[in-house]
Amino acid sequence: MASVDPAGFQQLKEQQYLHDQITVPAELQSNVLVTTLDKAYNWSRRSSMWPLLFGLACCAIEMIATAASRYDLSRFGMEVMRPSPRQSDLMIVSGTVTKKMVPAIVRIYNQMAEPRYVLSMGACATGGGPFKEGYNVVSGIDKYLPVDVYVPGCPPTPEALIFGLMKLHEKVERQSIAKVAWYRKESSGFVPVPILGPDIFDPRQIQLIRENTLGEGAASRSSGGGEVRVMPELLSDDVKQNLEAIRTRYLAKMKQPA
Amino acid sequence: MSDAVAEAPVADAAAAEIDASLPYNNAVPGAVLGRWAEESDGGLIVAADKLIPLMTHLRDKEEYDFLSSVTCVDYSKYGGKLRAGVSERFDTVYHLYSTSKGGGHVKLHVRVPENDTVPSATAVYPGANLQECEVYDLFGINFEGHPNLRRVLLWDGFNGHPMRKDWHEAYYDEDAKPFKSRHPAKGYEFHEDKLPWGKNTTYPEGWDPEDWREPITYVPVSQAPGHDELGELDTESIVVNLGPHHPSTHGVFRMIARIEGETILALEPEMGYLHRNHEKIGERNTWLMNMPYTDRLDYINSMSNNLGLALAVEKLMDIEVPERASYIRIIMAEFTRVINHLWSIGFILNDLGALQTPALYAIEEREMILDLFEEVSGARLMCNYMRFGGVVRDLTPNWIKRALYLVHERLPHTLDELDRLLSGNEIVKARGKGVGYLSPQDLIALSISGPMIRAAGIPYDIRKVDPYCIYDRFEFDVPTLPDGDIYARYYIRLLEARESLKILRQALRDIPGGEVQGLPAFASATIEAGFGTIMGGRGGYSFRPPEGEVYQRIEAPKGELGYFLVSDNKANPYRYHVRAPSYINLNGLGPMSVGYKIADAIVILGAIDIVLGEVDR
Amino acid sequence: MYGTGLLKGLGITLKHALDTFRDDSKDVPSRYADSIQLDNRRRIIEQPIDQEGLLTIQYPEEKRLLPERFRYIPMLIWDTQKNEDLCTACGICAKVCPPQCIWIVRDADENGRPVARPAEFYIDAAVCMSCSFCTEFCPFDAIKMNHDYELAVYDRYPQLVYDKEELTVPVEYYAALWPSQYAAEEEVRQRKEAEARAKEEAKAKAAAEKAKAADAPAQKRSPEELQALKEQAAAKAKAARSGGAAGGEDAEAKKARLEELKRKAQERAKQRKEQGE
Ligand code: SF4
Ligand code: SF4
Ligand code: SF4
Repeated sequence: MASVDPAGFQQLKEQQYLHDQITVPAELQSNVLVTTLDKAYNWSRRSSMWPLLFGLACCAIEMIATAASRYDLSRFGMEVMRPSPRQSDLMIVSGTVTKKMVPAIVRIYNQMAEPRYVLSMGACATGGGPFKEGYNVVSGIDKYLPVDVYVPGCPPTPEALIFGLMKLHEKVERQSIAKVAWYRKESSGFVPVPILGPDIFDPRQIQLIRENTLGEGAASRSSGGGEVRVMPELLSDDVKQNLEAIRTRYLAKMKQPA
Repeated sequence: MSDAVAEAPVADAAAAEIDASLPYNNAVPGAVLGRWAEESDGGLIVAADKLIPLMTHLRDKEEYDFLSSVTCVDYSKYGGKLRAGVSERFDTVYHLYSTSKGGGHVKLHVRVPENDTVPSATAVYPGANLQECEVYDLFGINFEGHPNLRRVLLWDGFNGHPMRKDWHEAYYDEDAKPFKSRHPAKGYEFHEDKLPWGKNTTYPEGWDPEDWREPITYVPVSQAPGHDELGELDTESIVVNLGPHHPSTHGVFRMIARIEGETILALEPEMGYLHRNHEKIGERNTWLMNMPYTDRLDYINSMSNNLGLALAVEKLMDIEVPERASYIRIIMAEFTRVINHLWSIGFILNDLGALQTPALYAIEEREMILDLFEEVSGARLMCNYMRFGGVVRDLTPNWIKRALYLVHERLPHTLDELDRLLSGNEIVKARGKGVGYLSPQDLIALSISGPMIRAAGIPYDIRKVDPYCIYDRFEFDVPTLPDGDIYARYYIRLLEARESLKILRQALRDIPGGEVQGLPAFASATIEAGFGTIMGGRGGYSFRPPEGEVYQRIEAPKGELGYFLVSDNKANPYRYHVRAPSYINLNGLGPMSVGYKIADAIVILGAIDIVLGEVDR
Repeated sequence: MYGTGLLKGLGITLKHALDTFRDDSKDVPSRYADSIQLDNRRRIIEQPIDQEGLLTIQYPEEKRLLPERFRYIPMLIWDTQKNEDLCTACGICAKVCPPQCIWIVRDADENGRPVARPAEFYIDAAVCMSCSFCTEFCPFDAIKMNHDYELAVYDRYPQLVYDKEELTVPVEYYAALWPSQYAAEEEVRQRKEAEARAKEEAKAKAAAEKAKAADAPAQKRSPEELQALKEQAAAKAKAARSGGAAGGEDAEAKKARLEELKRKAQERAKQRKEQGE
């Protein structure tokens, strides 16, 4: 609950601005092959970045307006909005993220193929926006997904969105094929899907929540110690019985001679 | 009905003596226990066990066939304590209208003690379905006899009923805005730091996340007719889930359909994916703060949402609106109607498979109207333009000239072009004619409103039957079509847009000059002392309407938009409820889709014309 | 007959395409007829209402002409003549803000007494709903809506929590963005000032006469004395102010930023002028 110490706040800001100015590291600058390759690689990725056709709330209307005649996203090679996450490179989170919706969003994100980017459009997706205090509102999609560019505004005008997309292009251009995470073995990029409980919870935070609801030092029962367990959905008894009945009938049918 | 209700002290007292001077007590003895407030309020307190007979009487004998709104008020903190003269915590409120007689409403109150049940109105008005689900979800009131009472906006397993006054969320600051922490001493506070997990979530004490299993939400599509208990494998019907992420659900909406082959046996809407707690936040806001929030209800038509709230508060406080402001309001409301209808026509076509091109043509002119909105209000979508007692700023000098050009030249041209392009198109006809039919009686019973019922031949338009603002001054028709199918729903929107242009032409012609009316030319407290407020003077941004309640409905482009407000003479509304047309029109989605193909269900949804900000609020 | 719908549709699309093509092949395509050229690539475009169809605005090279009332995120106004914030930390904007995204800390002098000046001023752009209530109700014209929408960043916290330095713009910038509203406000201010001056003079005159009549009672301070005290207080406040500003940030950087904003404002004013002509 600490209020902000202005000096520290300023410092933090400056650091972050510096960190935005990513440059090609010295050891890579000499590597002509990689840098040339990078250029081609990034140019092609940047010029045909297909967004996911995915609208959440009011901001989606402005997103549609951006894609429509007046602003014409096809000038950026982005007119092909793909409804399938498998075919898209960019998720524009356009609108309020609610707790009920966020498991679906994380699932969609997990289904997108690398390299993938997330652009958070509007105050709501960025930090909860005017609905931040709401009981069903996630205060920013960055609570669950890594976000590449934030576009503030409520709603951001189409120009503001395009400016955000151009920022993203810049970011893409600074990446190097030798360093990007998605060609490395250890990176999976998988985000555990949040679960709807009495309130939504992130499987990554189970230990933290246990400590708070069950008291200090509530030991984990899972042997892995901090390892993420994905909860299975339990079927209720009558569903199980039904499934079992179908299965037996099916098997019986199979066994019958034709 | 339930024994518990019969034992309630009030019901007992009523059974003892029946006051025959109260309305309807002769027809349904003992139904009405008393008046809710003074006579002008019109509210009647109804005995819970007589609610159904009374409603039946009202529907069959008094022609009150349209259940507009069902909602609930938690009176436990009225003016800080349980409301005087109310021994029960909750009060469910019903507003009934007549589509044949027109005119005002009958308002019924049923008092409900905590943990008690009310008989479900679905027995008389099937349209109460979704609204009762909402009340159950947010207040935890049980409706006995409801066919499918479930949590619509939140999910099964959610802890508590958030609209109760004693329920607080994780980022809870105070009961009412403005919060004291913002000024003058504390400094910025990152809300995420409030809780150890950095999110606005709370978990009940003693709850163990490792033991948690998601309950499986059962949607009774399995009770569909023709489904023979999973008997034969080869004719087995399957459940198909569409959404919440689906390109043709117009946002984050989910449909669960049981289909056999491609034919729909049953279909159930599932919403809440954009439930943004509009009402909870609205009850914490001051009255004025709610204005920009209404923009975000039906985010395609922010102007008409503004209008609804402004009218409701004006009715509550009895405020006079300058003539010119009324004209401006009507101009804005009708422009949004044109926008909305263009938008929905475009996207019906999108759903029919004519991807993008017709939609692009349809929303082209929208940009020009948005330019006009931006010119006066400063924003394209979230206009926040109206205020209680007027509008925030006068029009800009050239505005009317530009609007006239649009109304006389561009928009008629666009509508004609769309008409030419689409109305005779074979695919639109083949896919639209005869699909998604529902009889006028069913539509009314399901509380469906707006273009949907006018496409089924019911000339019910609030601008005509229960005029508000200054609509009674304009000459316009209420177009109707007899068919009640998708094609009619598409075409009625074209016709209505033309009628809107008619109103616009008259309003732009008749609008009185700005100088006479003294609307503020600039929204600035220094220029205009007490600007934008009703009382004038400093501090006018927070005012206290007198105690009372009000229900104001307007003919929004999507149907009947109602605001139900309860004031306890505080700076914040005690209860703030929005009767959202999109939400209630979804009552019809299931019945309309049954028997058609799954591809038709998409268009049926498109032709209802929902917007999720309003469905889920 | 089957197929007519298809032909009709194709016909309309073809007409749109030909119209655009014809228009673009004119000497001065109508999209450029009313636009304002900034340099050889950048333009400000405003679509004339009688221009058929819709002009595509090729952002970022071309921008749309924003109306004066356009609102995005608020800004704080810096009075360049008196070199101080117009804001008095009265807190009204924080009170009316619907999502409560304004945080203000009122400044205090060395004795801990509150001074009418903000020490800190934050607006959380990740919450702000661009409603402009804060600007409408501010009694000192100290907060106004900015037109700058190019705000996308790579990190949310704290970059989108705008602090006082980031929010502050010189008054010229505001005057260029909102010319007619600024003019109206200026007029009101001058009128009020004149009234106040007249009042002051009348008061002084009355006091002098009264003093003469009562033969200058000893326990009361003379007008000259009062004036001197006032000046002292003003000097003290000014010293505190400049000290505060210097402590807060690098004065050079701030000057540069304000200069930059001024330049932008001038550019903007130029556009307006050209457009007016
Ligand atoms: S940021 Fe504003 S416009 Fe965007 S979704 Fe949130 S409320 Fe709607
Ligand atoms: S900006 Fe205006 S309203 Fe806000 S604290 Fe400063 S002077 Fe008061
Ligand atoms: S524009 Fe509205 S939301 Fe934003 S800071 Fe001002 S009052 Fe608050």
